[in-house]
Amino acid sequence: MAEKKKLNLAIYWAGACGGCDVSILDTDEKILDIAAAADIKFWPIAMDYKVSDVEALKDNELDVTLFNGAVRNSEQLHLAQLLRKKSKILISYGSCAYLGGIPGLANFSNKEAILERVYKTSESVETNGGAVYPSPKSKVPEGEVEIPELHDYVKALHQVVDVDYFLPGCPPTTDLINLAVNAIITGKLPPKGAVIAADKNLCDSCKRKKTEEKSVKRFYRPHEIIPDNERCLLEQGILCMGPATRGGCGARCIEANMPCRGCFGPAPGVEDMGAKMLAAAASVIDARTPEEAASITATLPDVAGTFYRFNLPVSLLRRAK
Amino acid sequence: MAEEFEPRIVAFLCRWCSYTGADLAGTSRIKYPANVVPIKVMCSGRVDPTFILKSFADGADGVLVCGCHPGDCHYNEGNYNMQKRVPMIKDMLKGFGIEGERFRLDWVSAAEGDKFAEVVTEMTDEVRKLGPLNWKEIKEAVK
Ligand code: SF4
Ligand code: SF4
Ligand code: SF4
Ligand code: FES
Repeated sequence: MAEKKKLNLAIYWAGACGGCDVSILDTDEKILDIAAAADIKFWPIAMDYKVSDVEALKDNELDVTLFNGAVRNSEQLHLAQLLRKKSKILISYGSCAYLGGIPGLANFSNKEAILERVYKTSESVETNGGAVYPSPKSKVPEGEVEIPELHDYVKALHQVVDVDYFLPGCPPTTDLINLAVNAIITGKLPPKGAVIAADKNLCDSCKRKKTEEKSVKRFYRPHEIIPDNERCLLEQGILCMGPATRGGCGARCIEANMPCRGCFGPAPGVEDMGAKMLAAAASVIDARTPEEAASITATLPDVAGTFYRFNLPVSLLRRAK
Repeated sequence: MAEEFEPRIVAFLCRWCSYTGADLAGTSRIKYPANVVPIKVMCSGRVDPTFILKSFADGADGVLVCGCHPGDCHYNEGNYNMQKRVPMIKDMLKGFGIEGERFRLDWVSAAEGDKFAEVVTEMTDEVRKLGPLNWKEIKEAVK
């Protein structure tokens, strides 16, 4: 039997932590299926190919690119555009690429403030009289050195190039990776733009008992309370993002007695995760007066940062003033 | 002289009390600033926080929500539910650098045309002092 033509595959990390790359290695024996079905053409974390190797490819020569990480500097933007051009299918892989992710929280600040904090006022920095800021081009005795330029704000991948599919998760789960890989190998792909996960919110698949009771007198951070293992965490005052979040992860945090932090992004029909979560969180509190509502809310240390933990760049407001 | 900035304030008014109150202000010719864009809703509790953020994202300088007085909500709990959200909304807006004065919840009954005028006048003055918000431009930086 003639051997099936192998798929040309690229895997790239932009503004990422490396966890998404590790999640691909973490697919146990399935990694062998990937290796059997694909020729890996570019994967900086694991193989020694250069960007020039990608530049040398023909347009659309890559069958699939898994792109993880947010886009926040000139190099990441260049790679996003380059890989888009060279790929038939571009998959936005993981919460950072899909939503901006944890790096997207930087949009609550701005470039100037971040540079100042990191290169000037941070306790561990010695400024020797004047802070040294990275500059995209600098002269050294050997010539000119160029480093990527930091952008003003963090963006999700689809905000800079056209994306075919989204694989959510911080990082995506092995089950969903396998689902996506099988779909690619067998050519049974969902319609363009699909988010490869559940089409309901996380609460819908959560086994915890919901009582509709509104009895929360204060919110707790996970280490401040030993939760009842049967009951809904949110109704116990532990801020669980389940109502606003897309299901499909197998409720892996909930099973471990931890609240959902929202890494799968907005549930279908949810336009703004923060707004949806706000309504859900306010609904469980027991307050009859503005003062009571204020004192209960004061037990939530960082409302904006918590509700937009993974999705600020794709939210309605997208960044702070 | 430079023209004074006229804020645009989106007002969600519950149809059972506050919308009638606003109407009364109009029919009784009580003077109030014309800065308000009224939107009729079934109940103040029906004002999803998404509507509020959307108003700001689309260019509002302020958002006002008015409902029946506590105890008078046509659906009993709607206005209490809205009241519970207010501190969280203010906290959240603060995270984006949006001043608390740009959002307000107040109670206006069907008979309180004068109170409606008062609330709108006060809020318009406060938001005018803060200046334009211009979120349409702010969000353009990330798209
Ligand atoms: S989605 Fe999570 S695991 Fe993946 S790169 Fe971002 S932070 Fe890391
Ligand atoms: S809020 Fe969290 S714990 Fe409660 S039902 Fe939803 S996912 Fe489960
Ligand atoms: S429970 Fe929430 S935070 Fe945890 S993996 Fe699932 S979607 Fe992500
Ligand atoms: S009906 Fe007026 S606030 Fe509920």
